[in-house]
Amino acid sequence: MIWTAFAFYVFAFFTVFAAVMVIFARNPVHSVLYLILAFFNAAALFLLAGAEFLALLLLIVYVGAVMVLFLFVVMMLDIDFVALREGFARYLPIGLIIGLLLIAELMVVATSASVLPGAPLDVALPFAKFIGMDNTQALGTVLYTDFVYPFQIAGLILLVAMIGAIVLTLRHRPDARRQKIGEQVRRDPARAVRLVHLAPGEGLGQTESD
Amino acid sequence: MLAVNPILPELLLAVGAMVLLMIGAFSRDGAYGLIRTLSLVLFGLAAFVLLAFVDSPADAFGGMFRVDAFAVFVKVLILVAAGFALMVADDYLAYRGLRRFEYPVLILLATVGMMLMVSAHTLLALYVGLELQSLALYVLAAFNRDRLRSSEAGLKYFVLGALASGMLLYGISLIYGFSGTLDFAILAERLKNPATVHPGLLTGLVFLFAGLVFKISAVPFHMWTPDVYEGAPTPVTALFAGAPKAAAMALILRVLMEAFPGMVEEWRQLVIIVAIATMAVGSFAALVQTNIKRLMAYSSIANMGFALAGVAAATPEGVRGVLIYMVIYVLMTVGSFALILAMRREDGWSEEIEDLAGLATTRPAMAAAMAIFMFSLAGIPLLAGFFAKLYVFLAVVHAGLVWLAVVGFIFSVVAAVYYLRIVKVMYLDPPKVEFSPIAGSGIPFVAGVTAALNSPLHLLFIWPLVLVAGIAANALF
Repeated sequence: MIWTAFAFYVFAFFTVFAAVMVIFARNPVHSVLYLILAFFNAAALFLLAGAEFLALLLLIVYVGAVMVLFLFVVMMLDIDFVALREGFARYLPIGLIIGLLLIAELMVVATSASVLPGAPLDVALPFAKFIGMDNTQALGTVLYTDFVYPFQIAGLILLVAMIGAIVLTLRHRPDARRQKIGEQVRRDPARAVRLVHLAPGEGLGQTESD
Repeated sequence: MLAVNPILPELLLAVGAMVLLMIGAFSRDGAYGLIRTLSLVLFGLAAFVLLAFVDSPADAFGGMFRVDAFAVFVKVLILVAAGFALMVADDYLAYRGLRRFEYPVLILLATVGMMLMVSAHTLLALYVGLELQSLALYVLAAFNRDRLRSSEAGLKYFVLGALASGMLLYGISLIYGFSGTLDFAILAERLKNPATVHPGLLTGLVFLFAGLVFKISAVPFHMWTPDVYEGAPTPVTALFAGAPKAAAMALILRVLMEAFPGMVEEWRQLVIIVAIATMAVGSFAALVQTNIKRLMAYSSIANMGFALAGVAAATPEGVRGVLIYMVIYVLMTVGSFALILAMRREDGWSEEIEDLAGLATTRPAMAAAMAIFMFSLAGIPLLAGFFAKLYVFLAVVHAGLVWLAVVGFIFSVVAAVYYLRIVKVMYLDPPKVEFSPIAGSGIPFVAGVTAALNSPLHLLFIWPLVLVAGIAANALF
């Protein structure tokens, strides 16, 4: 038990530390790397809480895909981060006000005991059903049964996103040189190579090429 | 009987869209013409299946999806509006070199999203339907990607839409946290007594409402409308102004009437404030517009304000008024945009109101149709628009909100000024610009049908419409 508490404090400390460093790191690439560290520690916290599916999801999807993409964007786009930081002092007061408002709202939510009578007992998914199942099995049980409708519509939304990305960015370039495997394989060595006898001091001159 | 019976029309459209996508991707020239025609056939087929084969009222997917008289009514309206918007696009897309097969496919998928919105019976289904619709519309706004205005419109719509989705989700999460359910029927049951409701839930309701009224471009979430309407390709604007507005308004009606009937007094103040602000901004800002697409944007804002007044009534009669209003609004707006798409000169489209000068002498039929739409939008008696406002304001008066009806009447008089200005420009000013003939039969067909339905001929159809809208409205109570 003591080890669990110890592990929790270690991971929690590194999560907070990495999150703070994301903002304070001077180099944007370091910021992204700190964010990855934060995600790793958050995944460990999920594991401690018994949510192994979420932990793996966080690693595979966020660290494996999203953050690598972030890293590419940060490294490839030539963003002037010094210019981006210029307005920091100017926007600080309004940022602080919004932050305080959010904290106040969170306090209201956290301190309110008066949820509707009976509500916590039967939230959209009654938990009793899942006792003795691991996360993955429990999610799979509801994802393809109770929630198949929103799941399928989410698939449709992703299809639209894909069509949209293609519609808005794909350009057919007739001048681009592409690999034509069929033609390459069919190519006849007899026609492709030609032996030419050259006398010394003479060039090849004008020859046809294909 | 199939388990998927209630969702059959949406299934048909979604599968059809994927098949058409394949046809387009594998044909060499993209086959726009074929795909467009097949999409129109799909719209017709979906409406037929909806009316002939779907049993209503019925629930599907454990109560997440509900089809009832209200859903059927609005879905038919959405299918008609989307079909009309697709019909008027040909000439514009051909002229601009945008005849790409993704256009009809994206409209089909957006329509699926709108139909799912209308049938949503949990907050989760509401969100996924809304997002499917919005995403397809963002792409359509930026469809003319080589024009700066179009890309800007798409980007602006996307960023502000994402913000609205964020507010919506925040509201939903608060409501879920304080009530423990996402289901409309259970929510209504739990929130019967407003005295026991935690203020956090009320905050959630406000955020949910804010996210929803963004979609009907009500004040104060209207800022995107003029820019997006102006920047997006005109046929896309014709779509924006019609079907999505009907879907979002239906969604607002269903959420407020089915999920929060016990909290009428709480949300009514909100609806009234938004309605008055929307009517005011829509009416006054339109007075100074010179671009006809921006004018139509403010006109649609003002119209949403009038419809919201009917929502504030919170009675079956009010819902009936809103439904009638949306039908006539869609017919007026789609017709107007068909005519705006016909305003093509040698060197492209003119969007200035003064270019309409003398249209009565150069193109009498077009001028007459435009005059019908403008008089109808202004709510002049003998035209359909008059009945739209009449039924809404009658319901508002019967609900005891006489002063709101008076305010609405004053703003509709203000709004009439700019509609009549267009008629004046067309009939009294000397001609300036010669419009070139347009290709295809879509625009004359849509403009003709909608003009006929808005002209005094509508007196033949208004009583059945009132009757059917009444049945649809009662399904929510």
